[in-house]
Amino acid sequence: MTALLIGALVVLAAVAIVALPFLREPAAREDVLDAPDEREQRRLAAAEERDRALAALKELEFDHRTGKISDDDYRAQVGPLRRRAAEALRALDAPRDRRPGKVASHG
Amino acid sequence: MPDLGRAALATALLLLVYAAVAGTFAAHRRRRRLAASAQNALLAAFGASAVAAATLLVALARHDFSFRYVADHTSRKLPLGYTLTAFWGGQEGSLLLWLVVLCGYGAAAVWTTRRVARDLLAWTVPVLGVIGTFFAFMLVFVASPFATQAAPADGAGLNPSLQNPYMAIHPPMLYLGYVGLTVPFAFAMGALLSRRTDERWIVATRRWTLAAWAFLGVGQLLGAHWAYVEIGWGGYYAWDPVENAALMPWLAATAFLHSVMIQEKRGMLKVWNMLLVILAFCLSLFGTFLTRSGIIQSIHSFTQSSIGPWFLGFICFVVCASLGLVFLRLPLLRSKTKLESLVSREATFLYNNLLLVALSLTILWGVVYPLVSELVRGETSTVSKPYYNFFLHTFGLPLLLLMGIGPLVAWRRASFRALGRTFLWPLAVAVVAGVILLAVGAGSSRVGVIAYTFSIFVLASIALEFVRGTRARKALGSESWPGAFTALVARNRRRYGGYVVHAAVVFLAIGVAGSSVYQTVREHRLHPGGAMTVAGTRLVFRGFEQHRAPNHQAIRAVVDVYRGGKRITTLLPGKNNYFAEQQVSNEVAIRHDYADASDLFLIADQVNRDGSVDLKALQKPLVNLIWFAGFVFVGGSLIALWPDAREERRLAARYAGALAEA
Repeated sequence: MTALLIGALVVLAAVAIVALPFLREPAAREDVLDAPDEREQRRLAAAEERDRALAALKELEFDHRTGKISDDDYRAQVGPLRRRAAEALRALDAPRDRRPGKVASHG
Repeated sequence: MPDLGRAALATALLLLVYAAVAGTFAAHRRRRRLAASAQNALLAAFGASAVAAATLLVALARHDFSFRYVADHTSRKLPLGYTLTAFWGGQEGSLLLWLVVLCGYGAAAVWTTRRVARDLLAWTVPVLGVIGTFFAFMLVFVASPFATQAAPADGAGLNPSLQNPYMAIHPPMLYLGYVGLTVPFAFAMGALLSRRTDERWIVATRRWTLAAWAFLGVGQLLGAHWAYVEIGWGGYYAWDPVENAALMPWLAATAFLHSVMIQEKRGMLKVWNMLLVILAFCLSLFGTFLTRSGIIQSIHSFTQSSIGPWFLGFICFVVCASLGLVFLRLPLLRSKTKLESLVSREATFLYNNLLLVALSLTILWGVVYPLVSELVRGETSTVSKPYYNFFLHTFGLPLLLLMGIGPLVAWRRASFRALGRTFLWPLAVAVVAGVILLAVGAGSSRVGVIAYTFSIFVLASIALEFVRGTRARKALGSESWPGAFTALVARNRRRYGGYVVHAAVVFLAIGVAGSSVYQTVREHRLHPGGAMTVAGTRLVFRGFEQHRAPNHQAIRAVVDVYRGGKRITTLLPGKNNYFAEQQVSNEVAIRHDYADASDLFLIADQVNRDGSVDLKALQKPLVNLIWFAGFVFVGGSLIALWPDAREERRLAARYAGALAEA
């Protein structure tokens, strides 16, 4: 009897948990899953590129301080990396100005 | 009781089917509430599978032999601890453990990422649902732990090899590792399905992957120690197919953990990372298949079963579906950047990847070759130790060396002049150590000397990295030396945790080399009063003693151990005769010498009727470094896993767009 009751409770609890999103919003105004549109995807790519560029600069500084990079190599590499970081920051700022959309229209 | 277990499993199956089907529909049609409902189904499936697991545990604790599983794997005389650990002592229980852990991982991964990666999660949930459905289906229809019978008076008992405290921890650890690899796989597939090939899936699964990999590593070390103290053959790793089954996904996951850093830092190797995550997951499935299908007989494959074809079919499905998906998404996975130099940190990661994958695949070939041979030629054949050792030396030694080279090389590209400067000290230390090793006679094994020299090079390069890093950090401000060291590690947890793990691998390599190529083995038949000598230690056999335990009769050879004419201890190797199981097990005796990390290992190979014993004695130098490596490995993994608030804020800022706020 106890086992039967526990079993029934398990099933009922499972049904309730699964149905919860529909019980909470029986008539949702907007039942659409968020997804990044093209602009948002470009922003994400730019943010990743910015983080990569800044991390590369940090790594270069650290490698230089720990002696893994000679002064000459450091001077040769730091310029292009700084330019890359600046470009990444500019690219990131550009779509922000145009307020990225929230919902994609394609699947 | 069995009805409750069956009902819970059936509920879990339905929930997982729902998560797979409704989740796919919701992700495809972009239905928010349905996607949330599918996620909730995964959470509920964890609850249902936990109820099923609790039911089996209660049946085990009550010795309810009307459950066929309980009767087949326990007996009334079996101590309670082993009665409960019999949960994973058999096939059905192991599958249930897979399901519970899978649902647990799935629920936790869904719960922790539900607000930050909704579109990715929408496609990840059906993938988790499909994998869970397979295991739940097996448990409901093919290998139910809740099958019943007329209860016998007593059970068949548990295999004596499984009656060891390690049984409580080794299988769960391995399963936490095997199953944990499902999370990065599911997110990777979710990323491909949702066409999101940015780093979101990597960021979401970074810690899960690391945890699964650490569990798998610890599980293997525990298994090695279990084999060492329990199986009674004097070793800890026998290249048994089932041992290999755990090693292969660990190697693939190790490669993935390294190469994924290249994707994060340089945006490269996207396809390679997808392939590695697929390989690691498929090898973990293959490992379970080997362990549980009974296809390869070994100490682990206790049961022949009917689940083999199902498993093989599922593995084929996963391989085809995931590779097909990668192929379809190839245009999205192209990297914009290229490797700048073959002498760079990225390049060493790439070499390490190639070696790890090569080692993993050669082991895989060694495991499947006997099966292929039997299938194609009808002949049974075995792939033995020399094959594996050859590839371990061929790929393992360069891998060891790379662990020392990698940290010394700069990112992007390094000049030979700078390399000469950074390599100077580690190289000098290694050369001096190599010369000393040759001078003290370690040259009896070429592999041993190379392994030790490389190990010392790696340890020197790791130590140097910590010293240089701390010095560079201190030069930046007014921190004390300890402060600079702590800040260095705290700000680069993955890197320095990784170095600690590298140190663990070095200790492991030293322990393995010492205890295998430099060990001494002696075997003698001794009558009471008889003696033998092994590596300067004299062993005197005094006779037998016997005692009776609730579930077994024990016989022990009393062996006094002398060193320098002085008795230092008495060891008791022997055998246990288990009543219910009608099996005899070897019970070894070990004396640890912590001063030199060696073990004296005694096996009573044969207990003879005339009162003599066939005694096998092994002196195993440095073997305890292997177990010490386990602690260092856990320490390094914890450093790498420890949450970094600064890093999390940075990532939150990166992904804080419209999606996170919605």
